[in-house]
Amino acid sequence: MTDTLTAARLLAAAPARLGGIWLRGAGPEREAALALLTAAFDGRAVRRVPVHIDEERLCGGLNVAASLAAGHRIEQTGLLQEAAGGLLVVPMAERMSALVAGRIAQAMDAGAGFALVLLDDGGEDEAPPVALTERVGFWCEGVVSTKSVESQDNDPSRLSRAKSRDVISDGCDTSLDTLGTNGGEKVVASLANLSLALGVDSARALLFAQTAMRLHAQSHSRESTDEDLAFTARTILGPRATRIPQKADDTPPPPPEAEDEPPPGDAESEQEQHDPDALDDLILAAALASIPKDVLARIGEGRSARRATGAGGAGRKRASQLRGKPLGARPGLPRGGARLALIDTLRAAVPWQEIRRQQEAADAPKRLRIRKGDLRIRRFEERAEALTIFAVDASGSSALARLAEAKGAVELMLAQSYVKRAQVALIAFRGTSAELLLPPTRSLTRAKKVLGELPGGGGTPLALGLAAAAELAETQAARGRTPFVALLTDGKGNIDKHGQPGRAQAGEDALAAARRFAGSGTQGVVIDISARPQPEAAAIAAAMRARYLALPRADARGVEQAVSALQFGKAS
Amino acid sequence: MAFPFSAIVGQDEMKRALLISAVDPRIGGVMVFGDRGTGKSTAARALSALLPPMVAIAGCRYNCAPDEADRCPDQCGARKTAKVPVPFVDLPLGATEDRVLGALDLERALGRGEKAFEPGLLARAHRGYLYIDEINLLEDHLVDLLLDVAQSGENLVEREGLSVRHPAKFVLIGSGNPEEGELRPQLLDRFGLSVEVKTPQDIEQRIEIMRRCDAQERDGAAFAADWAEADAKIVKRIAKGKKALPKVAMPDETLQDAASLCIAVGADGLRGELTLMRAARAYAALEGAKSAERKHLRAIAPMALRHRLRRDVLDETGSTARIDRALTELFG
Repeated sequence: MTDTLTAARLLAAAPARLGGIWLRGAGPEREAALALLTAAFDGRAVRRVPVHIDEERLCGGLNVAASLAAGHRIEQTGLLQEAAGGLLVVPMAERMSALVAGRIAQAMDAGAGFALVLLDDGGEDEAPPVALTERVGFWCEGVVSTKSVESQDNDPSRLSRAKSRDVISDGCDTSLDTLGTNGGEKVVASLANLSLALGVDSARALLFAQTAMRLHAQSHSRESTDEDLAFTARTILGPRATRIPQKADDTPPPPPEAEDEPPPGDAESEQEQHDPDALDDLILAAALASIPKDVLARIGEGRSARRATGAGGAGRKRASQLRGKPLGARPGLPRGGARLALIDTLRAAVPWQEIRRQQEAADAPKRLRIRKGDLRIRRFEERAEALTIFAVDASGSSALARLAEAKGAVELMLAQSYVKRAQVALIAFRGTSAELLLPPTRSLTRAKKVLGELPGGGGTPLALGLAAAAELAETQAARGRTPFVALLTDGKGNIDKHGQPGRAQAGEDALAAARRFAGSGTQGVVIDISARPQPEAAAIAAAMRARYLALPRADARGVEQAVSALQFGKAS
Repeated sequence: MAFPFSAIVGQDEMKRALLISAVDPRIGGVMVFGDRGTGKSTAARALSALLPPMVAIAGCRYNCAPDEADRCPDQCGARKTAKVPVPFVDLPLGATEDRVLGALDLERALGRGEKAFEPGLLARAHRGYLYIDEINLLEDHLVDLLLDVAQSGENLVEREGLSVRHPAKFVLIGSGNPEEGELRPQLLDRFGLSVEVKTPQDIEQRIEIMRRCDAQERDGAAFAADWAEADAKIVKRIAKGKKALPKVAMPDETLQDAASLCIAVGADGLRGELTLMRAARAYAALEGAKSAERKHLRAIAPMALRHRLRRDVLDETGSTARIDRALTELFG
């Protein structure tokens, strides 16, 4: 029995208290867990939520089409009500919109009592909305991972005992009450300890862990043991970790006057050995194994996850049904936030009134005959404007080529900027400084004038260039533009952030600047057009949480197409 | 069933801010900064459940109080009154303007050709609480609109040929994690109080959280009964504070303290002083004091000013630390 399957079982036993399960990746493990859950919820409602479900279907409300046809109010029940006490499966959860996620989260908070299953097919930089992952207890792998294989050694014979299976499958929320306070204080204390060490701050996670640990112990008909704690660590607390536990770090350094005492390291480790609350190595190891490798990168996850769920970087949704400049009406049903354009609807219905009345029975009530096809909804154009910031490494021997291609790409983009409502800016960095050569503009003429003669050569102040790009992106974002940074470099900085030469320091500074860039949440791409791309540029891209493209010997058109494709979702 | 307000572990500042806003709703809402799962919505919900039921016109869609029924768009004045719980409205992320403000009643418009208004969440929140989780992710124009209504106490709808005006007085509670997106400073400034919440980094408190949540899940009724007495005390404190509020004196020294504090920390605009004054008075009333003294001012200064400081990119110290420093320098 793998962790994922065990988690699914426990979830089936106490859906309301464990919230649900987040299954990452598609694989046999996920199928097995789903099958197990579906079987366990046999007889209760099992519903699937398509990602782009509209609000009316989700929460219930007026069924516009049916009401019109019938001439009186027809309500439809929402999926969330239907799923109460059952199972709610969300395929492609990483694509879910904030609106749908917000509704589901609200229903869970209100005690809808369904178990939520998030099927996540996303890649590394995509995740389901945080509002939902926060509210599901288990974070498990859908593909068999080494972690779950390891866990098989915790005595499969016991799990397969008929008795334990009965407890699980018959179990419902009330069975928890019969548990008493097994394990008691010590267990609670060790959970508190573990969550603190892992930097798991949410009280929800703590409560999930408590319930899961009890159930896990109960399924083995025993008091809570370290094994149960380890299971919780692997499936609930570990994956949520925001820091790597370090024993010494949690204890404040001893005051300086205590220097005649034994070395602090020894004192601490001894103290921890005697401390009954101290973390067991075994549990820590279990938690460590499940800590995602990119713990640090994930700290700003809220933003990156949200960013990934949105459309491309091209100034958010461009045609909107909700806000912006009115664009006129088009046929459609007023749902999912779209508003009915009443006048246009009536205008569409009026010419048909005579014909429709003739089709109806003579004693039909006298009323306006509006059909589904008459409905018009409003459309708006959003004002968010895209901005492409080129940050170009103008140093060294390849400078001239790189600059020339960047310049070409800028001009190509500007040629279409009016259509795309996009602006372009260019920053060049060389020598000991980064310079904003072309402030954000939509004017091709201006760009041509400014970019006529660009100087090149000298050192590579990569950190400065990145910082300048990030700063420009942030100030522009504050003005309501959606910036996108295209960094053209080979990633080999040799001037640090203070303008001093030195490869090691420069590299560190560049990575730090890249991480800061990632923290700003701006989207970007790193393009390396040198003949033999080196790993440095990829490392910078990873730290920026940006895409990396190696385009050996690409020309201006190639660069422009790559940037457009990433920023606007399609090549121009 | 709501978690008893008095059973919430720690989070003293947030609880204090909520109580102050209950004593004087005009203070203008509370912004809560903090991670998910730190008990923000639990506390807000608990407070609204704690408050005694209010008298309203029975079945009125606008929660009209009997004395304001003449202004009700539904003209509900002739109807009977009833005691209803204080509303707590949870605004979902991604809510549309229609749902918040209210909109044309589609069914009546299409079915019967009537132009009727369907009240939105603002009407439902009248005289109660409007809680917005992740307010920093809400559309800016919606936040503008909400703050505007929260301040004027009235919702004016002029759209789709409708012209409706109805009272909407509520305490706005916003929450959000600033790391996931900032709220514009202009909007922040319009919140009366702001607090920062963190999960306790202390083992004992964490254990206590688990213990209490467990106790509630096992037997909600018994748990509520255990805390009923403590909750009743809080209700009494709020009621007393509300009654005493108009009588609490505001000595000149306190006003001077408030002004010099605002100058010292460099809070923009006059909202800082005004909020300091109102919050200090409400807090004094809550504490049963006859006049608002320096100690009351001190206790509420961080939450009244924290979000109004000009941000200095170079200065890494947080706003709270800067206020604390100013407090120590000024008042010792």
